Order: sequence, then structure tokens, then C-alpha cells
Amino acid sequence: MTTRIDKTFARLKAANQSGFVAYIMGGDPSHAASLDLMKALPDAGVDIIELGMPFTDPAADGPVIELAGLRALKSGTTVRSVLDMATEFRVDNDSTPIILMGYANPVHHMGYAKFAAAAKDAGVDGAIIVDLPPEEDAELRTAFEKHDLALVRLATPTTDDARLPKVVAGTKGFVYYVSVAGITGAAKGENTAITDAVNRIRAASGLPVVVGFGVKTPKQATEVAKSADAVVVGSAIVDKFHKDGKDAALELVRSLSAAAHGAE
Amino acid sequence: MTNYPDENGRFGSFGGRYVAETLMPPILALESAYKEARKDPRFWAEFDSFARHYVGRPSPLYFAKRLTEHASKNGGNGAKIYLKREDLNHTGAHKINNVLGQLLLAKRMGKKRIIAETGAGQHGVATATMAARLGMDCIVFMGAVDIERQKPNVFRMKLLGAEVRSVTSGTSTLKDAMNDALRDWVTHASETFYCIGTVAGPHPYPEMVREFQAIIGREAKAQILKAESRLPDAVVACIGGGSNAMGIFHEFIGDKDVRLIGVEAAGRGVDTDEHAASLTGGAPGILHGNRTYLLQDEHGQINDAHSISAGLDYPGIGPEHSYLHEIGRAEYVSCTDEEAVEAFQMCTKLEGIIPALESAHAIPRTLDMANELGPDGLIIMNLSGRGDKDVNTIANLMGVEI
Repeated sequence: MTTRIDKTFARLKAANQSGFVAYIMGGDPSHAASLDLMKALPDAGVDIIELGMPFTDPAADGPVIELAGLRALKSGTTVRSVLDMATEFRVDNDSTPIILMGYANPVHHMGYAKFAAAAKDAGVDGAIIVDLPPEEDAELRTAFEKHDLALVRLATPTTDDARLPKVVAGTKGFVYYVSVAGITGAAKGENTAITDAVNRIRAASGLPVVVGFGVKTPKQATEVAKSADAVVVGSAIVDKFHKDGKDAALELVRSLSAAAHGAE
Repeated sequence: MTNYPDENGRFGSFGGRYVAETLMPPILALESAYKEARKDPRFWAEFDSFARHYVGRPSPLYFAKRLTEHASKNGGNGAKIYLKREDLNHTGAHKINNVLGQLLLAKRMGKKRIIAETGAGQHGVATATMAARLGMDCIVFMGAVDIERQKPNVFRMKLLGAEVRSVTSGTSTLKDAMNDALRDWVTHASETFYCIGTVAGPHPYPEMVREFQAIIGREAKAQILKAESRLPDAVVACIGGGSNAMGIFHEFIGDKDVRLIGVEAAGRGVDTDEHAASLTGGAPGILHGNRTYLLQDEHGQINDAHSISAGLDYPGIGPEHSYLHEIGRAEYVSCTDEEAVEAFQMCTKLEGIIPALESAHAIPRTLDMANELGPDGLIIMNLSGRGDKDVNTIANLMGVEI
């Protein structure tokens, strides 16, 4: 069975385009408002949606995502309610891949097998669990494989050639390259370093490479899309949505996705 | 002594390395440097020299005559109580033992920028002290709430040349300071050494901090054998993350007849929402790089901890304690704020020793044990730190202005 992720990258490749991945925080500021934004993303040019699952202690995130997570928790968001968002999204959309993004503890608490089964039921395509490096993700990976879900791994500027094969060995769907050694919302990495890393990871994994962390503007998206198979923007969208609302956030998404799609 | 953790940092199902990929290479580099250093006699020679001449080791094992008599009055006949006097170390607590080891390792690795998290400020002060001595830059992350309740330690760190960064995310306490220290580390990994203050965090920290703190138990065992010609019946220590407890327990783990008793902070009571007793009131989960018992809600979100003592105000516990709890090798009990405050004053009046509020948590359970064991019994309690830093807190509680 060809997955939504594979179909998406095949479509982008046929069109000779890089893709655009938008991150939003599930439940920020409410279930209904974040679902409303999520449903509007594909028409604004989003190829893959990263749906954040909030956690009280997001040690890999900067203040924008951390505060979004705390707002989401305050509105009663749980792993279950984020999965419900995916279910509700799938009512009108069966093509845009949904990748859950979050931290290990809420998932561990639900149970890896139960989480994998529930994610499949909800129409989710994969997940990135930030604090499950290859050394610790075997149990979740096994549970995901059973349901043909992608457990996407992160590669970073500190992942050297010796370690890269270990990182890409178990990854599915695509590899997420964190362009800068830092937290979400940090300054973007150097373009030449990104290009080198993307080529290295693509060669080692044979998978599409998406690049995130630090991309905020259409100009930066264009630069990154020159080498990346897709560009991820998170903090900038989450911040815009929080400060200026849905229309402003979608306007930013449209300009970012156009920039990513239009790059050579 | 013990054959765990395994090569992946596991103590049974606890421990591990739950960090973002960005931190995996620095953690593996740290592990490899630590493995080399621990085999190098010159590393330990320098450690021992600093321990003796700078920290003031060995710390005394002191027979607490009046506490022993006090326990006798409670139950009729009480066991002999000895105090391991970590409060007499330079900087006033056991924390310096670990910092000494880690900063010598940092020096060996060529890292000049040291970061640390702190709750009560004891680990922060110890890190700032050792960094000053070794000529290193030091940044201490401290929750804004803790900065307010531990002002003397904040000023001490600044005097020592450290930068104290106020952490206002989350609950603005120790766990948030640790989040921000991890964020800093991930951003500046190549030049930075993260000096974690307790037996928690990703592998190799729980093992490494245990090894640097194990000097407490080695000394205590030799001292009690000299004084009493036998092993103690019980060893008691307070637990936040659990480094002073692990430090004194480690040497005794193989001595099956020695009971190991860890005292968690029960805050306003373990049956309320306001405590810091992770083993008594928590469940296994993943936070700050390790799988261990955590205070969390039914959705796996971390609950706020509460303790009158900033050093115990943490929703987790070192993974080895979780393991010792599950295999039943150590017993874990708790002590409320109220009991600790009363014990703080009692120890001060009876022994002329002002204990840290953290250490005061161990006193009521030590007295219980003394009564349980009776006059032939023998107990060592780890008096992990001194209470000068807590006099403002106690004065406030007593309604006294100083």
C-alpha cells in the first residue's frame, strides 16, 4: 500500500517542486480553533501537516512552542483529543499526511501499542517523538510498523557520518533535518551547511529530507527549498496565529508555501 | 559493587538516554570521556587531592548523643544514631563532591563553559565555587520562585563570578531550570559542559554522579567499622533527585543486612496534591533524559511538585532509586513540611547543628527507625547539608523578622 507520505513526495517530485510542511499546536488556543486552522492548511498550500501534542516540559522547544503547548494544556488538550482532531480533519481530507509531533511521556503513559493503534484509527500517518532517539525508540517503532505508520527520525548538525547510518536505519517516510543545533524558533542554519547535510542524509537514507528549525520567512523558505525535499515552518506560524489570528496565519502560510514550491 | 547500569544506562527498566538527537552525540562523547577518566589514576589522584585539601574530606561520622537520647525518650529504647557530616564540606553540602568530579572531567575534555541547574542553590553554589577555582565560566539556571526563596545563595553565586539566569517558564522551579539548562546545552553543546546536580538525567549522569558521591558511603563504612566494629543496621537519607542518598547507599548495597531508607518530601502530605514524593505518589514516565518515577497526571503531563525545601521540590527521582524501590533493596518513606521544620529546630537545639531543610526530612524517619531497632541498633543518617541558607525560611514561619 502506498502511504499518503509517499504519494505526497511522488506528486512533488513529478511537479519538480519542494514541499511545504506546516506545524501547528493541537488545541491552541482551543480544540475548535486549532481544528479550524488545520482544515484550512491544505488549501493554503500545505503538503504535510505536523500536529503538535502539547507537553508540560518541552525541553527541545523555544518559548513560542512552549507557550502554545501550555495554552493547549490549559484548554484541556490531551493525546486523545489531538488524535480526535486528526479524525475530524480526515472527514474532508484523505490526502494530506498528518505527522504527530511531541514528547515521549504522554505517549508512554498512554502505552506505545495503544497509541499506535489509536493513531492509525485516527488517520494519522506518522509521528516524531523528539526525546526518543534511535537508542530508545525500538518499542514504539515496532508498534508503528505493525500499523504501517512512519516513525520519523531527526538528524541534526551534531549527527556525524559515523552516527548517521544508525539514525536513518529505522526511519520511515522521510528524515527530518534539524538545521541548527538549538531549540525550535532559533536562528536558521547556514545555507551551504544545510545543502551539504541534506545531500549526505538523502544519500544515506534514500528518503526525502525535510528541513526545519529556524525557518521563518518566505526568503528563507526559498533558500532551504533549493536543497530540501520539503521545508518546515512551525514557530513563525504558531506565533502569527496566536497574535493575529487565523486569516493572518493563513496569509503567512500561503507566502511560505509559495516560496517553498517556487524554488528551483 | 553493583553490575548496573548496563551499557545503555539502564537500571532494570529505568534510566536510559531520552534526549533529542542533537544531544546524543555530546552525551556519547561525555560517556566516552568519563569512561577514560575513571580508569586514569591521575584523574582520581587530582580528585582525592581536591577532596582532602579543598572540600575538607573525609567528613566526620559523628555520634549524635542527644538525638539518640531523644529517640530513647520517645519509644523507651532507641538505637545509636550517627550523623555523616556532609554539612561540614566546603560550600556546606554533599553537592561539591559531584561538582568536583564533573568539573575535573570538563577540564580534561577542554570545556571552559559550565552550565548547571539549581533548586535550593546548593548545587549552583558548589558549581560556581569549583568553576571559580578552575578558572571556568559558569552559568546557573534557577527558577524565579527559587531565586526569591534562596536569596543568600543567589548572591553567593554572583560573588563567585557565576551568572545566575532566572527561569520563568513553567512553574519557575527546579524542573524548569533543568529544561532551560537542556535548551542551553543543545544550543551550545560543543563548548559547554552541563554539570547536572543529581543522580538523574540521561546516561551517563546517574552512574557518574553516583560514582563521585560514593565517597560518602565509602568513608562512612570505614568510619562506622572503626567506631563500632560492625556495619549499621540502617542507613537513612533524604531524597529529592537522590544524590546524597545514592552516595551513601552505594557502598552498602551489597551488604544485604543493612537497611537502606530514603526519605521523600511529603510537602503538605502525600494524600494531597502538594508533595514531591515521586516513588510514593508517582508512576513511571520519561522526563529530563531518563525513565523513572514521576509525579504526573492521568494524561502523562508532569505535575507540580511541592516541598518547603527548594532542593527536594522536583517531580522526579534518580532512576536507580526507582530500580532499588522496585526490587525492594531500598525502602522509601516520606516526611512532611511540618515534620521537617520541627526536626530542623530540634536538631539545632539538641545537637548544636543547624541542618539543611532538605536533610531535616531524614531526621523524623531516623528517630522512627531508632525506636524500631531498640538500644542494640545502629543507624547512620546522612546529614547532607547545613541549614544556614534556610534561616530566613524558618524565621518567616516563626513570624520572626531578622
